Amino acid sequence: MIPEIGHFALILALCVALVQGILPIYGAAVGNAALMSLAKPAARLQFLLILTAFGCLAYAFADKDFSVLYVASTSNSQLPLHYRLAAIWGAHEGSLLLWTFILTLWMFAVTLFSAHLPEATRSRILGVMGLVSVGFLLFMLTVSNPFERLIPAAPDGRDLNPLLQDPGMVIHPPMLYMGYVGFSVAFAFAIAALLGGNLDAAWARWSRPWTTVAWCFLTVGIAMGSGWAYYELGWGGGWFWDPVENASFMPWLAGTALVHSLAVTDKRGGFKVWTVLLAIMAFSLSLLGTFLVRSGVLTSVHAFATDPKRGLFILAFLAIVIGGSLALYAWRAPKVGLGGSFAMLSREGMLLANNVLLVAAMGSVLLGTLYPLFLDALDLGKISVGPPYFDSVFVPLMVPALFLMGIGPLAQWKKANLPDLAKRLKWAFGVSVVSALTLPIVLGNWTPLLSLGLLLAVWIVTTAVVSLRERLTHVTGNSLMERLASVPRSYWGMLVAHCGIAVFIVGVTMVKGFESEKDVRMNVGETASIGDYTFRFDGTQDVMGPNYTAARGTFRVSYDGSETTVLYPEKRRYPVQNQIMTEAAIDPGLLRDLYVSLGEPLDDGAWSVRLYHKPFIDWIWGGCFIMALGGALAISDRRYRIAWHKQEPAVPAPTRAARRKVA
Amino acid sequence: MNRFLLPLSIFVVVVGFLAVGLKLNPREIPSPLVGKAAPDFSQPQLYDREKVFSPADMKGKVWLLNFWASWCSGCKTEHPVLMELARSGEVPIYGMDYKDQPDEAMTWLRQWGNPYSIIGTDDVGRVGINFGVYGVPETYVIDKQGVIRYKQIGPLNPDAVSQKIIPLVKQLESQ
Repeated sequence: MIPEIGHFALILALCVALVQGILPIYGAAVGNAALMSLAKPAARLQFLLILTAFGCLAYAFADKDFSVLYVASTSNSQLPLHYRLAAIWGAHEGSLLLWTFILTLWMFAVTLFSAHLPEATRSRILGVMGLVSVGFLLFMLTVSNPFERLIPAAPDGRDLNPLLQDPGMVIHPPMLYMGYVGFSVAFAFAIAALLGGNLDAAWARWSRPWTTVAWCFLTVGIAMGSGWAYYELGWGGGWFWDPVENASFMPWLAGTALVHSLAVTDKRGGFKVWTVLLAIMAFSLSLLGTFLVRSGVLTSVHAFATDPKRGLFILAFLAIVIGGSLALYAWRAPKVGLGGSFAMLSREGMLLANNVLLVAAMGSVLLGTLYPLFLDALDLGKISVGPPYFDSVFVPLMVPALFLMGIGPLAQWKKANLPDLAKRLKWAFGVSVVSALTLPIVLGNWTPLLSLGLLLAVWIVTTAVVSLRERLTHVTGNSLMERLASVPRSYWGMLVAHCGIAVFIVGVTMVKGFESEKDVRMNVGETASIGDYTFRFDGTQDVMGPNYTAARGTFRVSYDGSETTVLYPEKRRYPVQNQIMTEAAIDPGLLRDLYVSLGEPLDDGAWSVRLYHKPFIDWIWGGCFIMALGGALAISDRRYRIAWHKQEPAVPAPTRAARRKVA
Repeated sequence: MNRFLLPLSIFVVVVGFLAVGLKLNPREIPSPLVGKAAPDFSQPQLYDREKVFSPADMKGKVWLLNFWASWCSGCKTEHPVLMELARSGEVPIYGMDYKDQPDEAMTWLRQWGNPYSIIGTDDVGRVGINFGVYGVPETYVIDKQGVIRYKQIGPLNPDAVSQKIIPLVKQLESQ
């Protein structure tokens, strides 16, 4: 019964989405206020319906209802409740429901925070989001229904892929989807602006916070996925340039470019056409990511369930949404105009250069991801493109971008003065070069890449300090604290996000430069050393988990003769799918991670063991979280709070006072 | 050309490739062994571990070699197809029980039926390595001279059997 309610809610949601997608946009075109006013209630109703469907599926999982095919194929009676709930997005159908749920969540948010928007703009935005939702609902109802029954019911479920039975699974996909789908808001704003023909600074100001929020979620989502891969896959790495990772990284690159481009449109009215294109691109790449993951056109460790019929549907949907919006762009953008002119050496110029580099990086990732497919389609053979390509293309594109990142915030708008910039930045440059040359030597291993990485990281931080110091001389206030407090949060947000990049670079550079690993055979009682740490293997014990059995190894780690920690890596066997999983044990630290994973059992209780010493690796993810924190600071800026605040008087003051009395 | 059309044009090209890509199977990797002699082996048989199973005994016959295991879910999927093919008598199917427990394998066959003429056991997976097996099930078509003519990666389906395997077997038998 409950699954049928969920199914029915989806059908109703489709009807509502059709109304929401068609009538308000038509109303905005002909100026019919009644039709336009449908957008808001329709979006809210749709949110409630999808929430109902989502709740029904969650109930089916919690209730172990194995008469629902999707529940039977992705969970098991032994699976703990939190993983049963995470199993909602453990495969194709539920992932789509999550996607749609998050889309309607964003819609709902738009209805809450759009009182200051003109009615026509709001109805177009919600209409466009409604149309996107129509596509996803149709997709679910035709070829990927999560509520399909299995009659007779299975006695027990086939279980969730053990790889996914991890706390990362509970949080990583929702975060990532919040980011992916969040770009739909910026996309809808852009399409609405193209439809209405009013691409002005106000449009950029409205889009900015939405884009930044989505970007923050995507940043955190990607970082979590990478961290999860690091401790779960047992290879000691966090990024493999796998097609699915690339699928999440491309929208991030486009989104990062969009965040910066929006700043220019907002402050200077420039880059309008470019900003619109980036908004379309960021969301298109999110959709493309969905296609790549769900259609099976590329081989990937992440392609859990693939089906060509579904692939065809997504491709058609992709062609309509992206093709349609790019056609609209080609038609409308030429009329938009270019905005103010600026010299190449100016803040606009630097941001443009950064944007171009980010998009070029995105393009090269896209090319690398699709290249095997292109060759295969042209019958030129099967190849796979791996990390060597991505590393060698990505690094040269990012180096100038990171260098410009230091200068950009210090350059004046419109036209900057090179000798003046050089004067202001000379000590930052000096400190960076000196530390880049000396630090690696102090650390005991000088390589050009190590030096380059540290140069960029120190450069970003020192230029941020210079920028902050100059900023403080311009704001009013007597004490330092007062002056610090009067610096706007959006400015702090930028500084923090940029410093997050620096932290990230330090992490990557130090890991690449100083990591060490060892594959050893260890008998019980034997020791092995790596990076000044000594590991003693104390044998394995058998342990029982809720739905697995495991051999758990005990490793006593000592440094300088004193014990620092004990690590318990596991080799788990999940009987339902007969899968063996390696559960690495990690001792994390600010300056280094120690990582042990069990290989294969050998004779007499000995095991093949893999040991890693990873200096500064947590800085990689720490950097990402700092970036996201920067984004969060930026959207907490006063000017947005004022904008939200303005909507309150929508209800006349006397009415509010009366309400308060009643309450 | 209108520069505002450029993004759309690039996208159209990408969609074209994606549409073609949908029809391709990225997991289908041409095996370097196709056209080469099947690697030799001599393995104990599942039902009688005293006896050995070796491709040398098969000279002059066209036959299928199917790598499977009781722990493999894809093997369960393809099993009805193998049973049907065995009933049709078009081509003898020989099994290689890959990295499996003999008693579990025998229970599995008792439950679902046995399409194989003879089953060899590859407990440690050495034969699998020589054949380049990287996941079960995999099926090889081997001709009268002991040369591998076709390799199916993943489960056989009725289409693959009727459109590829049976025509190929007929052609090889007439040679």
